[in-house]
Amino acid sequence: MTAAGRALAAALLALAGAARADEIKPGSTFLSPEMQRQQQDQSRNPGYLWVEQGEELFSRRDGVSPTCISCHADPKQSLRGAAARYPQVDAASGKLVNLEGRIEQCRVDRQKQPAFGYESQDLLGLTAYVASLSKGMPLSVSAEGAAKPFYEAGKAFYERRQGQLNLACTQCHDGLVGQKLRGDTISYGIGTGYPAYRLEWNGLGSLHRRLRACSLGVRATQFDYGSDDYLALELYLAVRARDLPMEAPGLRR
Amino acid sequence: MRLAAIRSALIMLALASAPASALEAYKVVGDAIPAPLGGKIGDLKRGRALVLDRTQGNCLICHQVPEPNEPFQGTIGPGLAGVGARLDTGQLRLRLIDAGLLNPQTVMPPYFRIEGLRDVAPAFRDRPALTAQEIEDVVAYLASLRTP
Repeated sequence: MTAAGRALAAALLALAGAARADEIKPGSTFLSPEMQRQQQDQSRNPGYLWVEQGEELFSRRDGVSPTCISCHADPKQSLRGAAARYPQVDAASGKLVNLEGRIEQCRVDRQKQPAFGYESQDLLGLTAYVASLSKGMPLSVSAEGAAKPFYEAGKAFYERRQGQLNLACTQCHDGLVGQKLRGDTISYGIGTGYPAYRLEWNGLGSLHRRLRACSLGVRATQFDYGSDDYLALELYLAVRARDLPMEAPGLRR
Repeated sequence: MRLAAIRSALIMLALASAPASALEAYKVVGDAIPAPLGGKIGDLKRGRALVLDRTQGNCLICHQVPEPNEPFQGTIGPGLAGVGARLDTGQLRLRLIDAGLLNPQTVMPPYFRIEGLRDVAPAFRDRPALTAQEIEDVVAYLASLRTP
C-alpha cells in the first residue's frame, strides 16, 4: 500500500464507529456474576488487602512529617471523589498527573521522602486506598482547557495502529466488544477498576501495568510506567468513562 | 576514473546497508498471490503446529479451527473450517501476507510485512511475524481444511 493509501486507511479507521458514551459499560460487566459479587464483597476481593495496607500507610508516622493524614484529615470525607478527577493537569508544572503521580508528588515535595516508585507495594496500596474512597462515584475528568492537548494525544494513541500486529486500541475496544479473544471477553477498555487485582497477576497492579500488557499483546513498544504516552491514554480512557462509577479496587481476569 | 571509484564505493555501501532480512518479493494478481513465497514448499504438519501455537502464530486468539481438543478459540475472525474449499492457495497466501491489501480497515494483522508499522517492540522489529517458509506451511495447513 502507498503512504497516501495508508494515511487514508488511518483516517477511515479513526472514523470507524467509536462506541457512543451511553454504550460504554464498566469492565466488571464482562465478569461472571460470581466474580462480580466477589469484587463487591470487601472480605472476598483480594484488592482490599492493598487498600488496608494503604490506609495504614496513610496515617503511619515512622518519623515522616507531615503524615498524609495530617493534611488530609478525615479522608473518608475530605478525599471522597478526589480520585474520580484524575488524571488532571498539575497547575504548577503544567504536566498531566494521575493519582499515582499526585501521591508521589506529595511524598517527595511535602514529605521530603524518596519516591516509592511505580508498582511498588506501598504506592499500589496508597493508590488503591485513595481510589477506594471514591468507590461508586462518577468519574469526572476534564478534557478541556489545559487538559485538551493531553486528551488529543491520548485519543490519537487510542486510534492509531501500532506494533507488529498493527492494531489500534479502538479496533478491539470499540469494534469488537463482547467478542472472544481466546477465552477472554473484550471489554470497552476503560480503567475505572484500576488499580485492580488480576487473577493473571495474582496481585494488584496499576492501569499502566495493564496497558503494558496490551502493548505486548500487539507486539508494540511497552512504554514506561508513568510515561507521557500512557498518561495521555489514561486521560482519554477516563474521559471515555465519564459518569461511570469508580470500581477500584476492581477484580479482573 | 575517480567518479567511477566513488560510484562503486556507493554501490558497495548500498549493498552493505541493505537490510539482511529483506523480505521475499511477491506479485499480487487480483485478490491472490499465486506463487509460493521464495518458491518454498509448505508443510501441512508444521503449518498446523504454527496455527495452534499460542505465541508465534496464535491464530486461535481470533479464529476457530476444527480441533476439538483446543479450548478457548476466539470469535473475532471467520471460522477456518472449510476455508480450504472457500479460498484457493493464492487467496489464502495474500490474506496471511497482508490482509490490508484487500481491506485497509481489517483487524487481521499483516504476517509478512515490515514496513508501514509503528512502535514495533524491539524484539519484533524489522522482521515479519512469520517467515516465508512459515507462511507457506500455514497456507498448506489451511488449504487442507476442506470440510465446512
